[in-house]
Amino acid sequence: MIMRGGWGPGADGDTGAGGGGEPDPRADRVAFSELLEDSAEDLYEHAPCGYLSTLLDGQIVKINQTLLEWLGRFREDVVGKRRFADLLTVGGRLYHETHFAPLLRMQGEIGGIALELVTATGGRLPVLVTSKIKTGVDGQPLLIRTTVFDASDRRAYERELLRARQEADTERQRVQHLATTLQRTLLPPVLPQVPGLQVAAHYHHASLDEVGGDFYDLFPLPDNRWGMFLGDVCGKGAPAASLTSLTRYTLRAAATYDPDPVTVLRTLNTVLNQETTGGTPRLCTVIFATLTPRPEGWAVVLASGGHPPALLLAANGIASFLHTDGGQLLGALPDARFVTAAVRLGPGDCLLLYTDGLTEARVGAGPERYEEEGLHGLAAALAPTTAPELIGAVQQVLARFGDGVQDDVAVLALEVAPRASTAR
Amino acid sequence: MDVWARHNVTVVGPESGPLVMLAHGFGCDQNLWRLVVPALARRFRVLLFDHVGAGGSDLSAWSPDKYSTLAGYAQDVLGICRELDLREVAFVGHSVSAMIGVLAAVEEPQRFAKLILLTPSPRYIDEGDYRGGFSRADIEELLESLESNYLGWSHAMAPVIMGNPERPELGQELTNSFCRTDPAMARVFARATFLSDNRADLAKVSVPTLVIECSQDVIAPREVGAFVHQQITGSQLVTLDATGHCPQLSAPEATAEAITAFVSRA
Repeated sequence: MIMRGGWGPGADGDTGAGGGGEPDPRADRVAFSELLEDSAEDLYEHAPCGYLSTLLDGQIVKINQTLLEWLGRFREDVVGKRRFADLLTVGGRLYHETHFAPLLRMQGEIGGIALELVTATGGRLPVLVTSKIKTGVDGQPLLIRTTVFDASDRRAYERELLRARQEADTERQRVQHLATTLQRTLLPPVLPQVPGLQVAAHYHHASLDEVGGDFYDLFPLPDNRWGMFLGDVCGKGAPAASLTSLTRYTLRAAATYDPDPVTVLRTLNTVLNQETTGGTPRLCTVIFATLTPRPEGWAVVLASGGHPPALLLAANGIASFLHTDGGQLLGALPDARFVTAAVRLGPGDCLLLYTDGLTEARVGAGPERYEEEGLHGLAAALAPTTAPELIGAVQQVLARFGDGVQDDVAVLALEVAPRASTAR
Repeated sequence: MDVWARHNVTVVGPESGPLVMLAHGFGCDQNLWRLVVPALARRFRVLLFDHVGAGGSDLSAWSPDKYSTLAGYAQDVLGICRELDLREVAFVGHSVSAMIGVLAAVEEPQRFAKLILLTPSPRYIDEGDYRGGFSRADIEELLESLESNYLGWSHAMAPVIMGNPERPELGQELTNSFCRTDPAMARVFARATFLSDNRADLAKVSVPTLVIECSQDVIAPREVGAFVHQQITGSQLVTLDATGHCPQLSAPEATAEAITAFVSRA
């Protein structure tokens, strides 16, 4: 079997066309060139796209058969009678006047514009339009040549994409809204007023889309004492949110039963160790503190489980960490060790609790992080200070780091109010 | 950021000449004036600017609240006048900027010597006996066209181009690069433009006003031009023998002549 190029009977078959003899290559060439000798007029009139020429004011002076058929109109209804914009939908006409025509004038051409033609029966045909201004020898614009491509399928596809994007945008807003709402429920909405103390806090979300795992609270205990905690659960999103919820309510309930900080952390540790369902350990770091009023200020006893040390900004201007090294992460071991520290806060003393999102923030483009040293430097420069000023300064630091803050940050500061001026 | 950068302000023409401020309409930027600027700059000090959200303006100054009403744009016009200490301004507003000029001139008439409204329309949507030429559905259709045509805007390229206004070649890979606009901003401007109703503001204009209309304009048909002329006491009306909504492109000589004659008149 001899395979031949070109068209015609026998090209693809073994049926043996015609006389069954050898095909004549010369006759084939003739048929082929006859096909190619399409007249220019036929090429124009029956091209697989619409063609039209308009004067500069849009009057149609020439249009091909293909486009007339798409429009369902006769040549004599269009040529000299309509302008290009008349073939468009009203919205498309507005677009034509405000974008298409001015751009075409300025650039000399405009390409790939999606518009809709209105057919004689009122139907709509999505098209892609490209126009070019034909200029004379002196560069003066003479007329506009336009090609029109049927874009029904393409536009349907684009609409799908557009719809999908709009849905994705809506969905994203919904998720952000949900995350923000959820986050709000996990933090105390307003810190309570504690007589003789000034408190301030700030929560920085690293991501709008995800619920972070930092938390804090301040709440009353019997005998004018107060409980306070700040911590960080491992992970992000829904699992972290449920763990945060569990942690917060366990801490509060445990403190009501026995406010001793180590006992409270032990209770939480036991609960978290019971919660390893699904094989994922539930881990967190926390500082829990009790605040007891004293004649000259407050006695603070705190216990830490793997959490960065609290920072004291004393009234005498000295900043120092309350080291609690050796305290272990909660949820990992059934009998984790916790380390306590005690401090007496007098008037003008300020205590800061924070999560490691602050100390681990990148300070610039490089790998350097803020670290405890950076925070200590800030505290040393500020001390003595008030709780709102300290939180304000931390917020400024976070703003300066921008995207360098990669994790959520929670900060809680309390300060013993200075003695009333009459007491001086 | 100062008004020069925020609005991409450019000034040409003799310093001693009367000040003519050219405000572009919806769809493009100050480029649209390019064919009339040479003629105007022979005698006038010509100030061109881009509305925030268009052309070379500072996109970081854009806010959906401020720019969803024409009042926001009018505040910007007055802001430019105040910060550059412009007085005796002949304000030329094309299309929607004609109404922006009306709002500015009503608020601070002492700033303006003349008001020139090029193809203005105070209300695009038909209402009762009033014929604006369009229905609300037509405007929705326009918004759909905007959605389908990003005109040289690519979300991937935009930060590169916008961050390097001094290197226009970065944008040349994209065609239709003249009137590049962030589609989200264009949508807000389109709504502010085509859904506003400023018919009641026309009667409050106290500055000498010229209305220029085209004989064939789909967007601002002649009966709308007549309405504007009739509502502004003492205004003049010039009808150019031109087609389309942008006579500064389709009939630049006649447009420049009409502006020049009105600004020059004592």
